[in-house]
Amino acid sequence: MADRTVYDLTEKEHSLLAHRVMRRQAGLSLRVAAVFAVLLLGLPLVNFYMPDLANFSVGGFTATWLFLGVLFYPITVGLSFYFVKKSDQIEAECTDWRSVLDDEAASQEGSV
Amino acid sequence: MGISWIALAFVIAMTGATIGLGIYATRKAKTASDFFVAGRSVSVFWNASAISGEYLSAASFMGIAGLLMKNGYDALWYPVCYATGYLFLLLFIAGPLRRFGAYTIPDFAEGRFDSPMFRRIAVTFVLFIGFFYTMPQMKGAGVTLGSIMNWPYWAGIVVVGVVITFNVAFGGMKGITFVQAFQYWAKVFAISLPVFVLMSVFGGYGSNLGEVASKPVGEPQITAETDVAVKGKEGYPANVMTFRDTKPVTLTLKNGAKIAKIDAARAITPADDSASWKFLRVTTTQPGLAYKRGSNDSATESQPGTYELKQADHDIEIPAGSTVEVRPQPVTSGSPQKVGAKLEFAEKTVVTFAAGSIVPNAPGNKRWIEPFGPFTSKFGYPLLYTYSLIIALICGTAGLPHILVRFYTNPDGRAAKRTTLWVMVMLGSFYVFPPIWGVLGRVAMPWLYANDTPDAVVIKLPMILENKLLGEILSGITSAGAFAAFMSTFSGLLVSMSGALAHDIYGKILRSTASAESRMLAFKASAVAIGLASIGLGLLVESFDIAKMVGWAFAIAAASYFPLLLLGSWWRGLTKFGAASGMLIGGLTSLAAIVTSMLLDKKIVSFSTTPLVRSLMEQPAIWGVPLSIAIMFVVSLLSRSHVPEDIHMKMLRLHAPEEMGLSKNYIDEGKGQGGH
Repeated sequence: MADRTVYDLTEKEHSLLAHRVMRRQAGLSLRVAAVFAVLLLGLPLVNFYMPDLANFSVGGFTATWLFLGVLFYPITVGLSFYFVKKSDQIEAECTDWRSVLDDEAASQEGSV
Repeated sequence: MGISWIALAFVIAMTGATIGLGIYATRKAKTASDFFVAGRSVSVFWNASAISGEYLSAASFMGIAGLLMKNGYDALWYPVCYATGYLFLLLFIAGPLRRFGAYTIPDFAEGRFDSPMFRRIAVTFVLFIGFFYTMPQMKGAGVTLGSIMNWPYWAGIVVVGVVITFNVAFGGMKGITFVQAFQYWAKVFAISLPVFVLMSVFGGYGSNLGEVASKPVGEPQITAETDVAVKGKEGYPANVMTFRDTKPVTLTLKNGAKIAKIDAARAITPADDSASWKFLRVTTTQPGLAYKRGSNDSATESQPGTYELKQADHDIEIPAGSTVEVRPQPVTSGSPQKVGAKLEFAEKTVVTFAAGSIVPNAPGNKRWIEPFGPFTSKFGYPLLYTYSLIIALICGTAGLPHILVRFYTNPDGRAAKRTTLWVMVMLGSFYVFPPIWGVLGRVAMPWLYANDTPDAVVIKLPMILENKLLGEILSGITSAGAFAAFMSTFSGLLVSMSGALAHDIYGKILRSTASAESRMLAFKASAVAIGLASIGLGLLVESFDIAKMVGWAFAIAAASYFPLLLLGSWWRGLTKFGAASGMLIGGLTSLAAIVTSMLLDKKIVSFSTTPLVRSLMEQPAIWGVPLSIAIMFVVSLLSRSHVPEDIHMKMLRLHAPEEMGLSKNYIDEGKGQGGH
């Protein structure tokens, strides 16, 4: 079995592997997307319901202008940086498909 | 105003450098084949520059500044979402798409569903999105050459359109990484350096905004006597001047004017006092003032003198040399207690504004600087409009056909993610600047509002510097940047649209037996046909804002390709029937809504809708994207038996790290090494 390639796996094993790899990546993507969505979709609500806060003056800018027109870019880059780092970590852990399959098999047995 | 020779020299230098670099890089690519597509030698940094270079179009370079000058805060959503939309691409699409080995979205459609038929359906959206994207590029060309050569709008479009079309058709401009990367750095330089010089003269970003914010009831005023060229009714709605209700404004008409009608700036109910509104006081120095009142009552004044014209007077001819005082009129019920006039010019003329005049068409300071100004609240649903716009731009970025092609030049999925991160850094550094132009334009060059030309602000603003030579040079730099912008984007779009037409529609549908030469000929013929069609479309859109048109291209992409890529990469259960029906229905209904909305704007069609429906038609993403996704879900569940048999293998190929040995490159290059 040692020279078995990833192409020789059964369909069930492919399914397990795909599940495993996707689940962790999807979890990470969704977490980062949620933070981004709260910031981006929350801002119109702040503008609408808290106009005094939104139009508070900061060095000539209104607070909401400064946040959206200037600060939003570095914030998004920060989120992306975090995502790329974490995503690389997950991939490094998933590269060895034999141990991933073993783990998955173990956890499946445990849950039954 | 004649030709700006310095600006022309900059533009020619920019065009020459782009074409020259293209020829150089193509030659080099022949000796080092991995330079062009294989791309394994293209580093993350250069690749990110190239993606940014292809992405920054006329909408980014000219359109955002214009839209922001016109509408204030609300326009900030455009640059922010254009840049941060890449986060969605990074989180959900960049890595999988690269790993799958799909070169274009139609490739993905075919490979993911094993369906050549679906590929042909998918390819049609390359054309829909492409045409929407080329229209604003054409407008950019018309406006830029109109400003520097003093040409009419159509001439710039025809010249630029023909030159780029032939360049693409004869292979002079391919999507070469190096050239696109050069264009990014040229554009960043061109948008940032001049604005620093201008800020040193007109004051900084924050201090100008603070000035506007400190006078909430103020409005932009013209500081010195200024001539404004006004369009006739063919330029609708740019031939309309809507005056503020605060102070009277005196205009001098040295060539006279024909005014189609006088109206109130806003609808007032009840309109009981409208009969007494005398909006215009015309002082003539020669006979010939003629006008119509009511349906058949026409009058011609045979003596020079002062006459008053009323609300609803129409077909007015004002003799040369007259002055016109435009006066706000009292409103007896409701607030505000006055109403300004709205004049619609029938023929083009020149209007002279006296120093101190309040400029028409400019929103007041408070409405401009605060959220939910004239742009998002024009139909009365500002939050809905804002959210729909955000969804269109964020989701649309992830579904642009000419950008996704570029991700293939990354060596692997991991590099694709790094590249996207760098793209966000580069785009963010660019998009901070266009809004500054808009703010400075409002303060220093407000007469651009009067004839609805804020889209030219990045070209024209430097020209008002005291130091004329410096102004010409800076304007030359921004003109060259604008050229780089519509050249790179139009070329990229033309290549992908012609490729789609020649390869997928001609090569696979019409004549599947076509030889390589006849396909090449088909590519050239397609490029010419699409180039001509783009020129034709560009001529029709002079009155639409550049950034807004690109926003519509995004809305169509968001409701068609984005759901396909998102669900295709992450949901096993998606079938070709689900994907095709969702993409077609979501994409086509959005397209139809937008086109209808444009025709309504132009008054080509007219029917009454509620403001809510009108709002949803102009910004369809808020229903188009969920509709498309929902149809994909439902139809896929109904056609469950059509899920590809090797779906788990496909999912692994999309998501597994390259080291696992599954992605396409590894299959091609080293199948034997798969087992470590």
